[in-house]
Amino acid sequence: MSIPAPKSSGGAMLRLEGVSAGYAGFQALFNVSLEVRPGESVAVIGPNGAGKTTLLRTVSKLIELSAGEILMEGRSLHAVPAHEVIALGIAQVPEGRRLFARLSVEENLKMGAFLPAARPRYTERLKFVYSLFPRLQERSSQIAGTLSGGEQQMCAIGRALMSGPKLLLLDEPSAGLAPVVVQSIFALVKRICAEGYTVLIVEQNIRQVLKVVDRAYLLETGRIKMDGPSAELLASDEIRKAYLGI
Amino acid sequence: MMQIFDVFLLEAVLNGLLLGGLLALLSLGLNLVFGVIDVVWICYAELIMVGMYAIYYLYAVFGWPLLLAMAAGVLLVAAAGAALHQFVIRPVLAAEPINQLLVTGGVLFFLQAAATLAFGIEFKNIGVSFPPIVVGDISFSMPRLISFGVALAGMLALYLFLKRSYLGTAIRAISQDRGIMPLMGVNPHRIFIITSALGGGLAGLAACLLVLQYDIHPAIGLSFGPITFLICVLGGLGNMAGGFVAAFIFAQFISVGGFFLAVEWGYVIAFVFFIAVMFWRPQGIWGSK
Ligand SMILES: Nc1ncnc2c1ncn2[C@@H]1O[C@H](COP(=O)(O)OP(=O)(O)O)[C@@H](O)[C@H]1O
Ligand SMILES: [Mg+2]
Repeated sequence: MSIPAPKSSGGAMLRLEGVSAGYAGFQALFNVSLEVRPGESVAVIGPNGAGKTTLLRTVSKLIELSAGEILMEGRSLHAVPAHEVIALGIAQVPEGRRLFARLSVEENLKMGAFLPAARPRYTERLKFVYSLFPRLQERSSQIAGTLSGGEQQMCAIGRALMSGPKLLLLDEPSAGLAPVVVQSIFALVKRICAEGYTVLIVEQNIRQVLKVVDRAYLLETGRIKMDGPSAELLASDEIRKAYLGI
Repeated sequence: MMQIFDVFLLEAVLNGLLLGGLLALLSLGLNLVFGVIDVVWICYAELIMVGMYAIYYLYAVFGWPLLLAMAAGVLLVAAAGAALHQFVIRPVLAAEPINQLLVTGGVLFFLQAAATLAFGIEFKNIGVSFPPIVVGDISFSMPRLISFGVALAGMLALYLFLKRSYLGTAIRAISQDRGIMPLMGVNPHRIFIITSALGGGLAGLAACLLVLQYDIHPAIGLSFGPITFLICVLGGLGNMAGGFVAAFIFAQFISVGGFFLAVEWGYVIAFVFFIAVMFWRPQGIWGSK
């Protein structure tokens, strides 16, 4: 079974215009502009420390931007507090998964449906998440901290899907996983895109992620250096030399 | 000497059980707040005192029905808990633990002094008395029996709330990872306020049960504040289940120790037990760190 992701109005779903952001006394993003159109899967690739996590944290309003604008379906996030971003249809799977380690798998999924608007559809979405990740259903009452790395990542993705988002933000879902598991996680990401979700994924695992997404942006030291369709980036000399070791 | 199956010993054990229920309820609010917000309300017992005075004045002075006065007392202390968080804890949430202890300690002395000024130092009693319940050769105090029942019901309700509801699940989740709560659509500050109101409400419930058994005076917090704190530490601070069991252990030491020697000796034995446990497991019997 599947629940089609909600359709949204035309134009970009998410648009960043000249966004700068950072931490006390340290600027991590410089004038970043990008957009994600409805139904698209887009990657932001770049090395460790490039600012990928900062970018997603800025979109989720976990950190304030110092310049620029973020628009979700044309609506500015300027005055939206962090805990209301998800109500606009933006769910994030944070770096390092960040499950509630002492809650069960199902309780973690329940937290993903905390939004009052999501609660009536809890059972339906739980079924959907379990159909995507049958492994989670087998382990529904297991304490999340005792799951394997791959299972934790599934649980974290499932938790984000429980709110029924329009846009799914994924922060390095392949990090810290064994190569076989990385393969299966990317297969799942592909499946989620195929379900109709709009996805913005940040990754260091450039070769793999470019096989899954439609388009990508290259982020280096907080600045967008290149962008284009995945196949184009995969074939570009710059990416091949610097990141694929060819 | 007494035989081991002495009926009076049985009475002491059963009374210890009843006392355990009350102590378990006392430790619950403090544990909840610490487990979720990671702040120790040193002034917890003084919140109970505020509740006791409120019930006393509403019932004995203004003539409200007792249950209504108690309900108002619970709400008042719940509001006091929320206000304590908003105005005292929130500004020092990121500060060193010692600063947090000092500010809540300041609230303790403030409440004591304010109660002395407002209500005077004389002992007040709501003047409700119940006949003891006699079963065979054993007699129970009715207020203790009521306290036990209400304490258990209150704890069960809290358990179900924390286990089943969205809000309760969020309250358990926030202590594990506060930083990502906004990604779940949860406003962490709101959860802290709700938790503080719940902690205050539990203190208010304890006040309802204590006014049935004890006189009220400005320093009454000192007679059960320390023991509440010790029970929480014994069970592992922040561990509500641990505090629950520790309360019953403590109550048996007090009640049975008091039966063989004198009530004061019961407390001495309980505290010696506490100190011994602290040498053995400084984090408490069921504490994790
Ligand atoms: N909490 C923080 N405080 C200060 N600097 C930070 C913080 N988090 C990240 N940074 C810095 O911001 C830059 C970008 O980090 P990040 O967004 O985590 O990169 P990426 O996710 O691409 O590896 C890095 O130089 C990092 O050291
Ligand atoms: Mg990162």
